[in-house]
Amino acid sequence: MQKIIKITILFIFLFVIGIFYISLSRDTNYNTSSLINKETPEFKIISFDESDTYTRDDIKKNNYTLINFWASWCAPCKIEHPILMKLSQKKNLMILGINFKDKDPQARTFLNELGNPYDLLAKDKNGKQSVKFGIYGIPESILINKELIIIQKFIGPLSVDDYDNIIKIIEKS
Amino acid sequence: MLSNLGNILLFLNVVLSLSIIYSANKNLKTFGEVNRNIFQLSLIQSTTIIICFFVLIAAFITSDFSLITVYQNSHSLKPLFYKIAGTWGNHEGSLLLWAIILSIFSFLFLVYNKNHPKNFRLLTLIIQNILILGFLFFILFNSNPFSKISPIPSEGLGLNPILQDPALAIHPPLLYVGFVGASIYFSAAIASLITDYSEKSFSLSIKNWVLLSWCFQTLGILVGSIWAYYELGWGGFWFWDPVENASLLPWFAMTALFHSLIVFEKRNLFYFWVIILCLITFTLSVMGTFLVRSGILNSVHTFASDPSRGIYILIFLSLMIFGSIFFLFQKYKKENYDLNRNSKETFILVNNWFMMFYLITVLLGTIYPIFTDALTENKISVGPPFYNAIIFPVVVVFLLFMAIGPKAKWIKNKFENIRIYFLILTGAIGLNLAIIFFFKSYSLLSNFIIISALFLIIASFMDITKAFKKNKLDFARIISHMSFGFLVLFIGLNDIFSLEKDYNIKLGETKKFDNYSIELQNLDLKNYKNYQAVIGKLEIKNINSNQTNILNPEIRIYDNPKTLTYEAAIKTSLIKDYYLTMSNIDRSDYYNIKFQKKPSMAWIWISVIMIVVGGSIRLFSNAKNN
Repeated sequence: MQKIIKITILFIFLFVIGIFYISLSRDTNYNTSSLINKETPEFKIISFDESDTYTRDDIKKNNYTLINFWASWCAPCKIEHPILMKLSQKKNLMILGINFKDKDPQARTFLNELGNPYDLLAKDKNGKQSVKFGIYGIPESILINKELIIIQKFIGPLSVDDYDNIIKIIEKS
Repeated sequence: MLSNLGNILLFLNVVLSLSIIYSANKNLKTFGEVNRNIFQLSLIQSTTIIICFFVLIAAFITSDFSLITVYQNSHSLKPLFYKIAGTWGNHEGSLLLWAIILSIFSFLFLVYNKNHPKNFRLLTLIIQNILILGFLFFILFNSNPFSKISPIPSEGLGLNPILQDPALAIHPPLLYVGFVGASIYFSAAIASLITDYSEKSFSLSIKNWVLLSWCFQTLGILVGSIWAYYELGWGGFWFWDPVENASLLPWFAMTALFHSLIVFEKRNLFYFWVIILCLITFTLSVMGTFLVRSGILNSVHTFASDPSRGIYILIFLSLMIFGSIFFLFQKYKKENYDLNRNSKETFILVNNWFMMFYLITVLLGTIYPIFTDALTENKISVGPPFYNAIIFPVVVVFLLFMAIGPKAKWIKNKFENIRIYFLILTGAIGLNLAIIFFFKSYSLLSNFIIISALFLIIASFMDITKAFKKNKLDFARIISHMSFGFLVLFIGLNDIFSLEKDYNIKLGETKKFDNYSIELQNLDLKNYKNYQAVIGKLEIKNINSNQTNILNPEIRIYDNPKTLTYEAAIKTSLIKDYYLTMSNIDRSDYYNIKFQKKPSMAWIWISVIMIVVGGSIRLFSNAKNN
């Protein structure tokens, strides 16, 4: 019996060290460049008022779609909000907002106070849908074209440079 | 010049370590006392490594940018204090600090343990010096602070601004004394296994070292939290960040260890358990270092990551683990405990179970993402919800045991005065109800936590009065346990009564909420030696009491390296803190402000300090008795 325990302990340590070794050679940087030029994953997400669901088909309808992940509890989301408001005036771009791990009343107050830039608004209460898009923390935004290809991913609040960048892309076509 | 001097001193240290190992090994076979020249060698070793460190400090003070480390982490315009603190604020310099602590502890252990068997002391010295050698090789061949760069740059890159903080200048040294101090009882544990030194007196040789490292570890964690609170601008002080966890893991093991040592010293029980804890503590310290320095974890601390370092530390870690396992398995004998259910021994064992529970929880949460990442393609992150959900409910029971346990008697099964605990519990529940009645109600779990914390505090107060009557005071234990009760209580109250609001605000605008109003009265631009600052002047008014406070959060633009930081403005008082951060919004007149009212912050810090005071009292009284 003691022998079995000893061998088990040895194996556990070997396993842990093995994993550590493998991890060393892996790129653990917060790198999402691999997502770019890939197709959008399939998703089915419930609308904010729970009356509808949105899928990739809704993205196909527009030349460009910006998916923006946000929450009322996220301070940087407030910082990027004026930029989203400006973007919402662009005709060529649909903005799909995904309210991330939030409470409905707070989210509503947020939009009432600061304005609603979203053409479509969905919610992801437990954050499970957002995982498909490789969302770590919010705010994050993903720019997708009609062919469902991810053009760019923005981590952190959208800046003025990001704004210019998006405008350049969507006005090219 | 300094580079050559530093390298020579490092090399000299390698020679000294080797000669200590050689003479100690020779001395093992002879009779009599520990050879005098071993003391001398050990003293010279500590001295040279300290001089070596001063050489590096000198390089930082004189801004000698011919050294890569200085070039990468300093700047000639940096205030002198931060030039010096920069010495250990980077990977290479901090390793040198490791080596210093390893050497000094090695020497002091040899000097202060004259009553213990000669071979045990010599073997501890040998093993400690093997550890020292491991670190010296790491420094010399992988992370040499004296590496040169050519051509010599005319200016350095500067120290990361958020690291330019007094708290952060002392945070690493404190933590390293704790972390690295654990090495000496790691060595002693292996020496004890090899020499079969398993008598009660073994505990005397290590207990003060355990306490010492525990006190420093606790202070180090505290200062780190204070820094996070003031500097990171989130208003929190603990984020369950993997690196914070890495400092907490050895802390759990140390806490379990010095409680078990009490039993071992009194009853000669738990010998192997004590040994295992000694081995685990330092192993966890090195594992923490591996996780932080190799960069396999993403966290605020990964300023110093590099996979090649990772390989080295991993090899070192594996040798330590398998070496420990080898000696342990060789000597391990099953111990049979025949403990009475209500004896002190049992309660201390309960403490250890709790500590192991916390340790395993935090360990799993910390390394689990690494496992899923390596074995599957999934990246997951384990955050505060996991830790809060698992740790806090268990704290309730833990606090109750902390109150009751110390009053149990050794060996006996008798447990006195059960009635009094019902009285205390009633008191605690009453106080909790009073808080709800006068202020506000909170969740069921919070109720339990507040009640159990109050239970521990009241029980400790009663212990003090009882102890005064009998004139037999165990101040150390009472203070530490009571302060832990206060710590949990204040963290609980802080969590329950915190208020957080954020707004986009324009100059001259006023925002109102609850019974407060905030007005952005003024914005000021100032130039400082190494940064520019936009300083906001905001008036916080409590409408009920008509009390006003002016807070001045800053947006700083540092020159070297070019970085933007947000400095929180904090108004601390004994009852509550006002915490305000401000950030600019691109191309807009608006500023985003985040206001927080955080009750009893100061008391959280004070409670931790008092926990350490308890530990230090025990340490000093032990030292006096020896």
